[in-house]
Amino acid sequence: MLLLAFDTATPAVTAAVCQAPAGGGPDTVRTAAATSSVDARRHGELLAPAIQEAIAEAGTRLGDLAGIAVGVGPGPYTGLRVGLATALSLADALGVPCHGVPTLDALAYASGRTGPFIAASDARRKEVFWARYADASTRTGAIAVDRPADVDTGGLPVVGHGAALYPAELGGGARNGPEDGDEAFAPLYPTASALGELVLRRLLAGEELDDPRPLYLRRPDAAEPSGPKKVGQWKA
Amino acid sequence: MSRDDLPLVLGIETSCDETGVGLVRGCTLLGEDVASSVEQHARFGGVVPEVASRAHLEAMVPTVRRALDKAGVAASDVDAVAVTAGPGLAGALLVGVSAAKAYAMALDVPLYGVNHLVGHVAVDQLEHGPLPKPAVALLVSGGHTSLLLVEDLATRVRSLGDTVDDAAGEAYDKVARLLGLPYPGGPPIDRAAREGDPGAIRFPRGKWGDGTYDFSFSGLKTAVARWVEDAGGQGRELPVDDIAAGFQESVVDVLTRKAVDACVDNGVDHLVISGGVAANSRLRALAEERCAEAGVRLRVPRPKLCTDNGAMIGALGAEVVAAGLPPSRLDLATDTSLPVNMPLAP
Repeated sequence: MLLLAFDTATPAVTAAVCQAPAGGGPDTVRTAAATSSVDARRHGELLAPAIQEAIAEAGTRLGDLAGIAVGVGPGPYTGLRVGLATALSLADALGVPCHGVPTLDALAYASGRTGPFIAASDARRKEVFWARYADASTRTGAIAVDRPADVDTGGLPVVGHGAALYPAELGGGARNGPEDGDEAFAPLYPTASALGELVLRRLLAGEELDDPRPLYLRRPDAAEPSGPKKVGQWKA
Repeated sequence: MSRDDLPLVLGIETSCDETGVGLVRGCTLLGEDVASSVEQHARFGGVVPEVASRAHLEAMVPTVRRALDKAGVAASDVDAVAVTAGPGLAGALLVGVSAAKAYAMALDVPLYGVNHLVGHVAVDQLEHGPLPKPAVALLVSGGHTSLLLVEDLATRVRSLGDTVDDAAGEAYDKVARLLGLPYPGGPPIDRAAREGDPGAIRFPRGKWGDGTYDFSFSGLKTAVARWVEDAGGQGRELPVDDIAAGFQESVVDVLTRKAVDACVDNGVDHLVISGGVAANSRLRALAEERCAEAGVRLRVPRPKLCTDNGAMIGALGAEVVAAGLPPSRLDLATDTSLPVNMPLAP
């Protein structure tokens, strides 16, 4: 069973082909090819070539895929929609199912952690998207958007770019000093490899997966207009 | 070449608030579908980009499905995918371009990123057959007001003039708000104007007789605002129908005069008027009149093809394929201000 996975809901553009042998259990899941790059402003340009690269490196064709997995955010909207529009259209054209997974779940799974922690990504506007996990594959609470100072870490380590951006609020015990750099919060971004393996494991375990619907968590910014501006002062 | 030998082009348009998909062979429209988010923008008095982008993502695949059904073809029949690469709203364009790349990759067919403005001209071929070369095109919509010299839809399009401030459709929306009419402002102003006297109030004609093919509508909008304010200050009831008629007359007077001048000055005897404002009844009537006087043949696509749609992108895609131009690469970028002299995005 071949699955194409990708995520564009963080500054990273990441794509992978994951596979499980026929009749294999969750532990037979592996990644055949993966590619990632970080460029917050070029998701629309980078994703399709990344998919082609992953497919070619895996020695397969899009027509051989059994499904698509995509990160559904939350994350900056424009990048998020690049991934979702691509996933929904690919799945439609190929006639295969499309599975959605929260981007933070892919980040958490990529951490490989065995104990409780928090995963956080940049929500811009001085806020983070975050959620609690019991281990790398088990989220224990809803995904929220908050100012870093309002996140109750409970002393748990925090992984992800969200923590690296706000070490004073989210660094906790994870970092001893500035010399540690961002590695203390690794992984900073989700990987498609983690996303794809997580989805394959869940499918093989017979779990239900979500429809690929974007997690925006905020309403669009738009104000209803007030009355017209006065123009009388421009009169001759 | 028989009709079935021409490539089947899937056209995708998401530059503003309409998700459009059309299936085109040569100059033949096989089927198209449009999902609009206009109602979600009405209370804001204009298109809210984030609202439009969210709606595009929801509507994209269902719109492709409906268009394929209406055309009676399967996705696997598609020979090429064309998509609006610009100009337009960044986030909105990106949904269509991402979807187009995915369909092109999955169907293993070439991708063409094309120009929205030129698409508005190309769509006329679906209604009236191949466009004589050269032709002049007047594009009037909520986002654009341009006069173009079209020597070849796929390769040679030149801008003759543009609005220096508001687009004509934008002026309609703003004036509709001043008059308490709903958004979008084109249809209600057109209706009100039919009941009013276009000569009752004379509003200024922007850039009239200035020797250019440029337009300006912000001074006109301010003149209407001032008139409304004065009337309000004097406690008079607003003669909405007369204001609408006077405003509309000013807009279409300048648009048609400059468009016909552009034809005459360039020795061109075909004028295409397209874009959302081309649905306006007074614009059509006055253009007919002035084209007839000047010996210019007027071509205006039916209203459904004048507003944003996927058929226009399929029509331009078909031209680009026929011209043998190289397909776009999969790292094709959107360009919010793609110039009109680039029918195919670089």
